[in-house]
Amino acid sequence: MNTLDLERMAVRDVNQRLHDDAAGTNTDQQYEILNPMGRHAIAVGLNHPFDVTVRGHAGYYCGSMNKEATVTIEGNAGVGVAENIMSGTVHVTGYASQSAAATGHGGLVVIDGDASARCGISMKGVDIVVGGSVGHMSAFMAQSGNLVVCGDAGESFGDSIYEAQLFVRGSVESLGADCVEKEMRPEHVERVRGLLERAGIDADPAAFRRYGSARQLYNFKIGNIGYY
Amino acid sequence: MCGIVGLYLKNPELEPRLGELFCPMLAEMTERGPDSAGIAIYRDDGQYTSKMTVYSSDPDFDWDGLAAEVGRDLGTPVTADRVSTHAILRSDASTRDLRAWLQDHYPNIRAMSAGGALEIYKEVGLPVDVMEQFGIGAMNGTHAIGHTRMATESAVTTEGAHPFNTGDDLCLVHNGSLSNHHRLREWLRRHAGMTFQTENDSEVAAAYLTWRLREGDSLSQALEAGLKDLDGFYTFAVGTREGFSVVRDPIACKHAIMAETDDWVAIATEYRALARLPGVDAARVWEPKPATVYSWGRA
Repeated sequence: MNTLDLERMAVRDVNQRLHDDAAGTNTDQQYEILNPMGRHAIAVGLNHPFDVTVRGHAGYYCGSMNKEATVTIEGNAGVGVAENIMSGTVHVTGYASQSAAATGHGGLVVIDGDASARCGISMKGVDIVVGGSVGHMSAFMAQSGNLVVCGDAGESFGDSIYEAQLFVRGSVESLGADCVEKEMRPEHVERVRGLLERAGIDADPAAFRRYGSARQLYNFKIGNIGYY
Repeated sequence: MCGIVGLYLKNPELEPRLGELFCPMLAEMTERGPDSAGIAIYRDDGQYTSKMTVYSSDPDFDWDGLAAEVGRDLGTPVTADRVSTHAILRSDASTRDLRAWLQDHYPNIRAMSAGGALEIYKEVGLPVDVMEQFGIGAMNGTHAIGHTRMATESAVTTEGAHPFNTGDDLCLVHNGSLSNHHRLREWLRRHAGMTFQTENDSEVAAAYLTWRLREGDSLSQALEAGLKDLDGFYTFAVGTREGFSVVRDPIACKHAIMAETDDWVAIATEYRALARLPGVDAARVWEPKPATVYSWGRA
């Protein structure tokens, strides 16, 4: 286990160490980061299958642009946790602030507690599993990937959604423009089951309802291809 | 950008440590607003009914002379305590009479705050320097609200720094920007007789609340009304003599986080400003919901 203490090191130096080790020969792939104290941009841009644990609350953009690494935040996470994640996993054991996993292209983001407003905004392939509830405008302009919410969803859920799949176990305060409830078929139950298992969250996949795009807002309609 | 912080002490035993607990909070918000800073401290002296924090650009200004003059004219003793470029005037005269007298006799002296408990200190410069200049770290009190400014709506001046005080013991700090402040300012001028010291949008919000309170609203009711009448992006922290309130606009783009223990409740733009408060590890920590008024004390 490599220990990096933010009481003694700057965030920039911690991130540099992780990048240098990824390029070098350090065979110990386990890292713990102590005393995060809400600092921003901890463990960002990782490009190697490291296992990084942040012991405490993190500030903005923790684990952002992650590729391959597993980042665990033992506490709450600030705005934009796992923003633009490409692959790997970011796990928040507490709550996440707004814009969690925004624009994520791939990988898995797990939030054990609630996520605030605009969770999964413009998601582009990431899978997000939230143990609690999500705030307003979550999955706004979501393009692909899956968002599983074990609690409730706030207002304007899935506003202007493209092709992402949304699953909610609790209530949905209101659906945003072009977002509709869809049939929960067996393959969707299996998809939710798989995501919950990967996230380590114990919930009945059959209890979820599915939401997605009515495809009425698309500017591009395949039926009109001859006119373009 | 801009950073806001607020600390309200529920446990009176912490009151001597208010400044010591508060200063690191504001310092953490320097990166959000390094051009100027302001601090509102509430402390009840109990000796006089009113006090006014006043500012002069002349560092050698004769505050004792001014106090003697205004005391003679108003027929009641007035004391003056210099605090760097500011001074605290204390008296049993009403803040309205003090303010009117200052306007008539010393139009260049700026009233930063007026009330019974409120003191406001603000200056251009790095937040740590501003706090050092006024000795905030050693101040006691019941609650404090602070602001680090990255100017967007008006000039970088001492007057343009937050907090804004427009009615006795009321102050407001703001992260965000209002889109209808010009029209609202004119309305408040014409219909409510409000006066303004700056072109700052946040001063309009403070004046709006003062007007609503004058009309009989509680602070919570005034903030509820503000959700309909103030257009734009905002997180406000508002102080009164008895407590403080927090509200975010319905979109809630402007960040805020709160934490509460049995001893204190605090707000900040970012968690790192709260990270060193005593007992924060066991605190209830949450993000205030959009269009929801949170109040403590008797606010």
